[in-house]
Parts: sequence; C-alpha cells; structure tokens
Amino acid sequence: MGATEQSVIGQSVRRKEDYRFLTGAGQYTADVYPKHHTHAYFLRSPHAHAKIRRIDTAKAKAAPGVVAVFTGADLEGVNGLPCGWLITGTDGKPMNEPPHPVLAQGKVRYVGDHIALVVAETPNQAKDAAELIDVDYDVLPAVVNCVDALKPGAPQIHEQAPGNKCYTWALGDKAAVDAAFAKAAKVSKLDIVNNRLIPNAIEPRAAVATYDRAGDSYELYVANQNPHVERLLMTAFVLGLPEHKVRVIAPDVGGGFGSKIYLYAEETAMVWASKRVNRPIKWVAERSESFVSDAHGRDHVTHAELALDKDGKFLAMRVHTTANMGAYLSTFSTCIPTILYATLLAGQYTTPVIYAEVTASFTNTAPVDAYRGAGRPEATYVVERLVHQAGLDTGIAQDEIRRRNFIRSFPYQTPVALTYDTGNYDATLDEAMKMADVAGFAARKAEASKRGKLRGIGYASYIEACGLAPSNVAGALGARAGLFEAGEVRVHPTGSVTVFTGSHSHGQGHETTFAQIVAARLGIPVDNVDVVHGDTGRVPFGMGTYGSRSLAVGGTAIVKALDKIVAKGKKIAAHLLEAAEADIEFKDGKFSVAGTDRSKAFGEVALTAYVPHNYPLDKLEPGLDETAFYDPTNFTYPAGTHIAEVEIDPETGVVEIVNFSACDDFGNIINPMIVEGQVHGGLAQGIGQALLEQCVYDKESGQLLTGSYMDYAMPRADDLPSFKVGTKVTPCTHNPLGAKGCGEAGAIGSPAALMNAVHDALA
Amino acid sequence: MAVIPAVSLSLTVNGKAVAADVDPRTLLVELLRTRLGLTGTHVGCDTGQCGACTVHLDGQAVKSCTVLAVQAQGAAVMTIEGLAAADGTLHPMQAAFKECHGLQCGFCTPGMVMSALDLVARHPTASEQTIREELEGNLCRCTGYQNIVKAVQLGAAEMGTRGA
Repeated sequence: MGATEQSVIGQSVRRKEDYRFLTGAGQYTADVYPKHHTHAYFLRSPHAHAKIRRIDTAKAKAAPGVVAVFTGADLEGVNGLPCGWLITGTDGKPMNEPPHPVLAQGKVRYVGDHIALVVAETPNQAKDAAELIDVDYDVLPAVVNCVDALKPGAPQIHEQAPGNKCYTWALGDKAAVDAAFAKAAKVSKLDIVNNRLIPNAIEPRAAVATYDRAGDSYELYVANQNPHVERLLMTAFVLGLPEHKVRVIAPDVGGGFGSKIYLYAEETAMVWASKRVNRPIKWVAERSESFVSDAHGRDHVTHAELALDKDGKFLAMRVHTTANMGAYLSTFSTCIPTILYATLLAGQYTTPVIYAEVTASFTNTAPVDAYRGAGRPEATYVVERLVHQAGLDTGIAQDEIRRRNFIRSFPYQTPVALTYDTGNYDATLDEAMKMADVAGFAARKAEASKRGKLRGIGYASYIEACGLAPSNVAGALGARAGLFEAGEVRVHPTGSVTVFTGSHSHGQGHETTFAQIVAARLGIPVDNVDVVHGDTGRVPFGMGTYGSRSLAVGGTAIVKALDKIVAKGKKIAAHLLEAAEADIEFKDGKFSVAGTDRSKAFGEVALTAYVPHNYPLDKLEPGLDETAFYDPTNFTYPAGTHIAEVEIDPETGVVEIVNFSACDDFGNIINPMIVEGQVHGGLAQGIGQALLEQCVYDKESGQLLTGSYMDYAMPRADDLPSFKVGTKVTPCTHNPLGAKGCGEAGAIGSPAALMNAVHDALA
Repeated sequence: MAVIPAVSLSLTVNGKAVAADVDPRTLLVELLRTRLGLTGTHVGCDTGQCGACTVHLDGQAVKSCTVLAVQAQGAAVMTIEGLAAADGTLHPMQAAFKECHGLQCGFCTPGMVMSALDLVARHPTASEQTIREELEGNLCRCTGYQNIVKAVQLGAAEMGTRGA
C-alpha cells in the first residue's frame, strides 16, 4: 500500500488487528497460562447486607489442592480501593467517602461483595474449597433503590455516610432559573427513570498475577482499559508497592464499555497474594460473577422541567436527579452523574439558564460507574425527552421546536460550564431527516394503521463532551488525576515505525487508525507502522481509553511526537543536503530543499540518525525516537441527530424498529469504516437500554434477579435493524486532527430517539 | 470423594489425530484450550447463551462449553485455528469478516465465524432475516451485528463462487 496523506486519511483501511482475531491467535488475559500457575476463586456474599460475625476457613485450607485462603483479616496494611474524583457538595463539604475494602471487613454490602480469596491447584478445587468456608452472617435489611435509600428509616449501609448520602451537588444559577420559570408561558415537566444496565463485555474480566522473588517485582495481566492508571492506583494508593516494581499488561481485551476502566478488588487481592503464595495466580470471571461484580451503569431517577416562552423558545431548565452509587464508590463513579451529566444539560440549545441538583446515594447493589456514554446518555435522555414533551405541549413540530432553539454561533458558552468550540446542528438534523424520509412518514403511518399497527417517529439531537480532558479544568472540578495522553514514535533505522500509545484498544481499531495517522504524516506505507498499547513495561505513562478520547487526545499526542520526528529529520536532512534547516520541506516522505530537486527520502534520514557517520553530532543527538504528552485545551463536542421509527403491535406490545437513522458530526474522520462500526455498536447498546436491557434487584432481599443471559435481555442479531448512518463534519478547532471522537455517540442519542418514537406511536 | 477414572479419548482436531486421558467431567472447550492450547475458542458465559465457544463437531456447530470432551470420542472437531489454509491464507468467511469490518474486539469472532459457516452450509443463499435469526445464539456486544450480517452474506457468496 503506497500511502500518502492524500490517500490514507479518510480511507477505510481494513484493520491490521483482524488477522490474529480471525485465526484464533488473539491473546486475551484468559489465554495466558504461566508455568505452575494456581487458580483463584472468590467467595462472594450471598446476602445484600449482613454483618460477618465469624469466618472459619480451617476446612477450606485443608481441602485437596488448596494453596492458601485469605480473608479481610489477612489484609492488614492494605488500603481500600480509591475513588478518583472528589465531589464537593452544596454544603461546601467533601462527599462522604466510606472505605471500600479489598476483602470484606466485618460487613458485606451487596450480593457479590468479596469475602475470601481461595488459591488452589485447579479452578474446581478452589471453588470446592470456597464452599467449605463457614461464614456466620447476621443478615440485615437491604435497600436497592437510590430514592428509597435516602428515606428516613432506610437501612444504614456505611457509618461514614449518614442517611446513605454520598453528596448533594448542584450546578447553575438557581435564582435566575426560578425567576425564568415564574415568567414562562408554558412549563413542560417529566419524571424520568434512567434504567440500570449491566455492561456485559463478552470477554469476562480476568487477571493473572505473578510475583518474581528474584526481582521483588510483580507482573499483572488484566482485562483493563487503562493499565497505567490501574498500576498507579493499585501501587500508590492500595498496596503501597513501588510503582516500578509492578508491570501491568492489558493484552487483547474483549470489549470494555467502561466496565474495565476501574481498579477492582479481584486483581488487587491477587497481586497481594501472589507474593504470599510465590506462584502465579489466575482468575477468569464466570459470567454470573460478571453480572454481580462488574460495575453497573446509569440508574438515575429524575424530575425535569423546561420553561418556554409563547413561541417555544426555551427559557430555563430545572433538573433534580438522584443517582445510585451502589454499595461502594468505584474509581470514577462520583463524576458520572455530576461533571459528565449536568454539564451536558444545555444539549444543542440556547437555554439561557439551567439549574441541576444531584443527590448520590449508597445502596446494597454493585458499584455503579461509567458505562458507554457515562452521564451523557442520561443527560441526553432528560433533555430530549423533555424537548419531545415540550413539542407536544406547545403543538410545535419536533424538528421545528429543536430548530427554534439550536445554538448557531460558536464558540458558545453554556450556562453549565462548557464552551462548545464548533458544530452545525441544522446540518445533522437536516441530513437525518432526509435519511429517515420524514416526508414520507405520514403515509407510512397511515399504511401501518390499516394493518392495525401503531407507528411512531422520535428524534434525539444530542451533544456529548469527549476528549477527556483539560487537566486543569478536570482538577478544578475534583479530578484527582491528570487526563493527558502520551505517545511515542520510534523510527527504526530502516525507516519503519513502532508507535507506543497510552491509549488502549479493546475493539476500537487503534492499531489501524493510529497507523494511518503515522503513515500519512511520514509518507510511509501503513504496513510499515505497528502500534503497541496496553503494557506499562513498554508504553509511556498514559491515561487509557474511555470517554471517546483516544483519537482526539491519544491521536494528538502521536501527532505531537511526529512533529518532533519531522523537526529532527529536517535538521538531519539539512546537514545531508548542505542546506539551511529553514529551507527544508517535508512532504510525501521526502525532505527537500525548497525550490530544488534535491531531496532525501525519509528512510535515508532515519538510517543516518542511527548510523551517524555523516551527522552533525556536535549539534544533534543520534537516533529518531520521540515522545510527546498532550493535554487538551478543551473538551470535544461530537453532536448529531438520531431518528427512530417504530411500529408497535397493540395486541402484544412488541415494538419493532422499522427504521433507525443517525447523522453524527465527529469532526474529521480518519477511517470511516471503523467510525461506522463504532456507531453501529453504540446504537445497539442504546437500543438495548431502551427496549431490552434492565438490571433488576429484588426490593426486599437485594438479590440480583437478572443475573444471567437467561434473565438479562442482551440485544441479539434478530432484535436489531440495519441502521442508516451518515456524517457531517465540522472539524474540532483545538486539536490538530480536527477529531472529536465517535465511540459513545450511538449509545447517547439512541435511547431518547427510541423512547420518543414509542411515545409518538402511543400518542 | 470417589476418584473417577480418566477416560482415554481419541479424536481429530483440525485434521490432526489427538489422544488424551481426561477426567470424564472435562468440557470440550477445556480440552481444546488447556490441553491442546487452542485458545482461539473462547468462553464468554456459563449458560450456553453467548456462543463464543462455538466449534464444529463432525461438521455441525456446537457450543463447546456444553459438550463433554468424551462426547467427542472418535469425532472430528474443527476450531477457528483450523480454518485458514496451511500458508495462512484466510478462509473466505474469515476474509469476509475482515473485509466487512464484522469484528471489533474479536472475542466473539471465532464463535461467530464457526456459526456462520454452519448456517451457510444449511442456507447457502440466506437472506438478512435468516442470518439474523440463525445468529441468535451468538452474542456480540461491539458491532450491533450489522457488519457481521454483511460479512456472512459476502462469505457465503465467495464460498459459492470458489466452491469452498
């Protein structure tokens, strides 16, 4: 493949990673089989809430094949799992942050909470031995609903969180909002539940921990989206190990969707235990463990109001949300219903004042954290359900009420802290309406009605904040970490390139997209570029992949490193060509003296850097290997309109999606095929949320009722239609790629579009 | 606990003769992954629902997490590792998945490809609807299935023209 900038950016290059996945040569954590390894099994709480009076492990320790049994009592000196985001409440106080022990300390707080780690020769021996552990429970009443948890008399889950409250937090000018509501011609109101979801990456979480006594060091393979963050949290905050003595490898990872961002108890306990047993320990979650112990998503209860003038212009929005944190604070849990939610409530609209108040509560359920979209689907659902309702309340058509309120001047400062850099919301709405053939809808509805079917159409014009994040802004909002990204471009002597990125690919195709960026810039074939990710022993410190950040932030770090490569290459070329550095141009893989036909190919310059026989050694180091860290100056703002058309059978209630059209603006696109695939997948998850998926805990016992694929409705091939997807482009103004991010949009826009279509059909 | 005697097993896997003494409780997927090192066959659930572990047993797609290894006594097992040509050239169905971007994280992919081959053998000119219904037993969380459906159609067409 001869690839120049013209040919390779914007091309649907087939993925470099596919060959290994298609031939069974992928290397997932469960495929790692170290010599002489043992197997871990975690004894989990069968109760939602209980005091532990006593744990007797004697029989388990004596069982066949058992190497060791550890409980919370053994973990003295080990800290709890940290939360990465401090939220300050309306009372000016920091959030309530109860301990999150690695193994239970005297109490269990959800079904699936970790009680003991059994290490044995085989998985079955570990499991059999766990059954011999005698735990004496004092079972307590449980609460699973986030609103119920805040009521007087609710079971008290943590001593450190009176009334089960984590925080009440607010954003916006309450007085101005109240004043605007007082003058409104119309107020639209809704009570909204954002249903709880279980992420269900098809690869269950897994870990393999090995201690090396000779080097007093550890190696952890783990199904994870951000190995450097995992290592930092585990070493510095929990286990107190020197960071350089722990290598974390997240090899091929079978989907994440947020659920593999976090530092979990399992791998933390295993790293600690690997030194005690001095043998590798392997754990692969059974699916039923994934259901009870992966961090869940969403779970909001909201009352929302929109004030309008007589022409349907939005005057103000007021939102009260209760968010479920689960039993403990997972790594990023606290920022999801606040920083990543309330800041998006302006949507695509000029609503001048907005006030949002969020109360987060503890419940006897699995921890809740980011799941594809993370806060932004919840915000979009509130805004777009409310706008739909406003259309009904005012009699203004759904496209028209949106157009009357679209932001059209950029940059735009919203009343909820964000500054949108660019966008064209009319363009995506227009295109989506064409794709959906809105003009023909009335005829289709009439035809469906003859067949006894109810047909409806629904819109969602969403916005998201991606490209996490400007570190100074995130820090001011409570982030306890930076959110830059790192990239290293290593040019080899013969001119081929290895890229080391702090981003992590678990399906997103970075090995191809990032290679396209490098190939285009250096004028070399895509096949001459390999991308390495997911190994703290190889890649520079990076923050990983979530929040649709990899291209906008991780890709830009690579671009910055490429800038350094080209700058150094020009110096080398100037020496070789006996010209002034300022006269050297780099284009299509050649360093040329401007206005002449004298040039040196990229490969020649690379070789010169490593065989510096004729080289300006007095001015320049040999080698061609550059690293860059990039911290964005703003979030990116992908936006678009999704339109769903459904047909409902009034006899059975079955909802059929007869048309789904999505027009998105992701800024500049490197690989359209990969982008389309990301949209398809996001739509499937959003439609799953709207029509199929629902995590249910029993209200009395706190047992998870949707704990298997027999009970939790995952979208299957015949549940979904073929989607129509299109794009419009307004390039991001503040990164050199002009890229905004595409990973979450599908899951953000689609639930509201679907539910609006259902409401329209039933209207 | 009574010691259960091992069973002597012989079968072919990807065309090669294999002999192993196995605990009779051993699942076919365990035999493939831990004894034979064929880790391309994945385990994604424990209820036979996700289909990531799909292999062919005497030419038929089965979920190898719900088949005992001893049930494969004397049988021919084909896994994802056995599909490509000896020189590494992808089977037309594998090539179609790459061409149509029918995979993202790759975890469900081996099972998806093995199911696709089984369905194409039974329905060489399957419609989109038939393909979607036939893939009901294979979960994918990444792709939304659209490009998998396209890949199966392309793979079927290529197999038809090449007589694969």
